[in-house]
Amino acid sequence: MNTVLKCENLHVYYGSIHAIKGVSFEVGEGEIVTLIGANGAGKSTTLNTVGGLLRPREGMIEFEGKSILGVAPHKVVSEGMALCPEGRRVFAQLSVKENLEMGAYTRPASEIPETLEKVYEHFPRLKERENQMAGTLSGGEQQMLAMGRALMSKPRLMMLDEPSMGLAPILVDQIFEIIQALNKAGTTILLVEQNAQMALSIADRAYVLETGRIVNTGTGKDLLNDDSVRKAYLGG
Amino acid sequence: MLAHLINGISLGSIYAIIALGYTMVYGIAKMLNFAHGDVIMVGGYVSFCSMMYLGLPAPVAILAAVFVCTVLGIVVERLAYKPLRAATSLAVLITAIGMSYFLQNAALLIWGANPKAFPNMFKNIEAIEFAGARVSPVAIVSIVANLIIMIALTLFTTRTKVGKAMRAVSEDKGAATLMGINVNFTISLTFAIGSGLAAIAGVLLCTAYPTLMPTTGSMPGIKAFTAAVFGGIGSIPGAMIGGILLGIIEILARAYISSELADAIVFGVLIVVLIFRPTGLLGKQVHEKV
Ligand SMILES: Nc1ncnc2c1ncn2[C@@H]1O[C@H](COP(=O)(O)OP(=O)(O)OP(=O)(O)O)[C@@H](O)[C@H]1O
Ligand SMILES: [Mg+2]
Repeated sequence: MNTVLKCENLHVYYGSIHAIKGVSFEVGEGEIVTLIGANGAGKSTTLNTVGGLLRPREGMIEFEGKSILGVAPHKVVSEGMALCPEGRRVFAQLSVKENLEMGAYTRPASEIPETLEKVYEHFPRLKERENQMAGTLSGGEQQMLAMGRALMSKPRLMMLDEPSMGLAPILVDQIFEIIQALNKAGTTILLVEQNAQMALSIADRAYVLETGRIVNTGTGKDLLNDDSVRKAYLGG
Repeated sequence: MLAHLINGISLGSIYAIIALGYTMVYGIAKMLNFAHGDVIMVGGYVSFCSMMYLGLPAPVAILAAVFVCTVLGIVVERLAYKPLRAATSLAVLITAIGMSYFLQNAALLIWGANPKAFPNMFKNIEAIEFAGARVSPVAIVSIVANLIIMIALTLFTTRTKVGKAMRAVSEDKGAATLMGINVNFTISLTFAIGSGLAAIAGVLLCTAYPTLMPTTGSMPGIKAFTAAVFGGIGSIPGAMIGGILLGIIEILARAYISSELADAIVFGVLIVVLIFRPTGLLGKQVHEKV
């Protein structure tokens, strides 16, 4: 299996706060890999660092064999990875369609309609609301928009930061189904989740993060049955 | 009465063009660029020198002013504001005030303190009779220029890719970066557009009120800032409505109440509006979903 993403010994700081302390992990082509951990463990920080929003003070990030540390933050997406950030962060004053167009910002205009149709197939609701301001969508619809927007860049690696946050159970199921469908269609997935049960059950492999360090790793199934993981993240 | 109204709209159009610069820069960089008014003054001097010393025709002089101010806007942002992108808004505000004095003092050094009499660009054109009122050519040019600029900017921000990206950056720089939008470029572009417009406003202002001094830009700058807040800072149509209303109020107050009190009345109206509509007339009342 080819390694798509490889992070080694990442150290990330917020000013003097040492948030990530030597994190290393890998994501293989076609995998679903999940990072789980308590609030404040450093999951979002890790994803934001890979996505180019934060710079590690130390360490290495390779995407498809090429270091991306020298790549300008706004050029990371053109390398073939997209991050669907925590809290959705859709552009509230832009319409649904404009948000999706922004997702395809780095791609030639001629290819956009085709990708747009594909995204609308995954999320028919977005098509119905094409011209509505994103800020007026419901929370679940905004999550779909955030995912659709990330998909518009046609990423080979899709990073999702808590896509199920604040959603009704039925919507959570739907979001996880979509993640699996994307993965089947060939997109590698790096998933961060509070909902460890769900995440582990669809993940090929998982890493457990605790205060900026990776403390455990294994297949999704292994960790679902791991005692310490069950105690800490699965409620016993 | 009609003449006053037209003069008000014309002065207001100039305020509106300046207010656009404040509003766009605020929308993108979330900062009040207090040096914006002084860019107007630089535009005035550049066009003055182009015409009087270099003997260039008026349209070329206007282009020269736009060019110099656009570059000035980009340079000011790069040197003074960009290093403070992560600083507190108070630090940025103080820097902007410092930049304003810097530009005024630089102008004092280069062009001296003596007021210059700005040439009338439209001296070959007769004032027009309109419904019994005399309307000067510069008034008509200001109103038309403002309309064209408004329409062009609205089309730019709603129809073009770069314009939409500008709106995206003004909402969320991080998310915009994730889309592949170059945030630094977008901010530079905003300063460039705002400063280019300030140059146009500077030429119009100096034509309408032909005394040019290093402090020429301050008062119109502050009034245009008021207009931007009045209309709803961050809103492009707000800048237009705010500017025009402010111009009308100022001219009417000067004509019918007292020319000494006109400015006080202008700011009084602003305060009343802000009491009832804290975000300005067209200000965005964003409801964020959690
Ligand atoms: N902008 C910031 N400035 C300072 N410290 C920060 C900042 N963002 C995060 N941190 C700190 O870094 C640590 C890791 O935060 P991070 O957001 O990565 O956690 P997380 O695992 O995503 O948590 P959650 O599950 O709550 O989203 C926390 O201790 C947090 O307080
Ligand atoms: Mg997080």
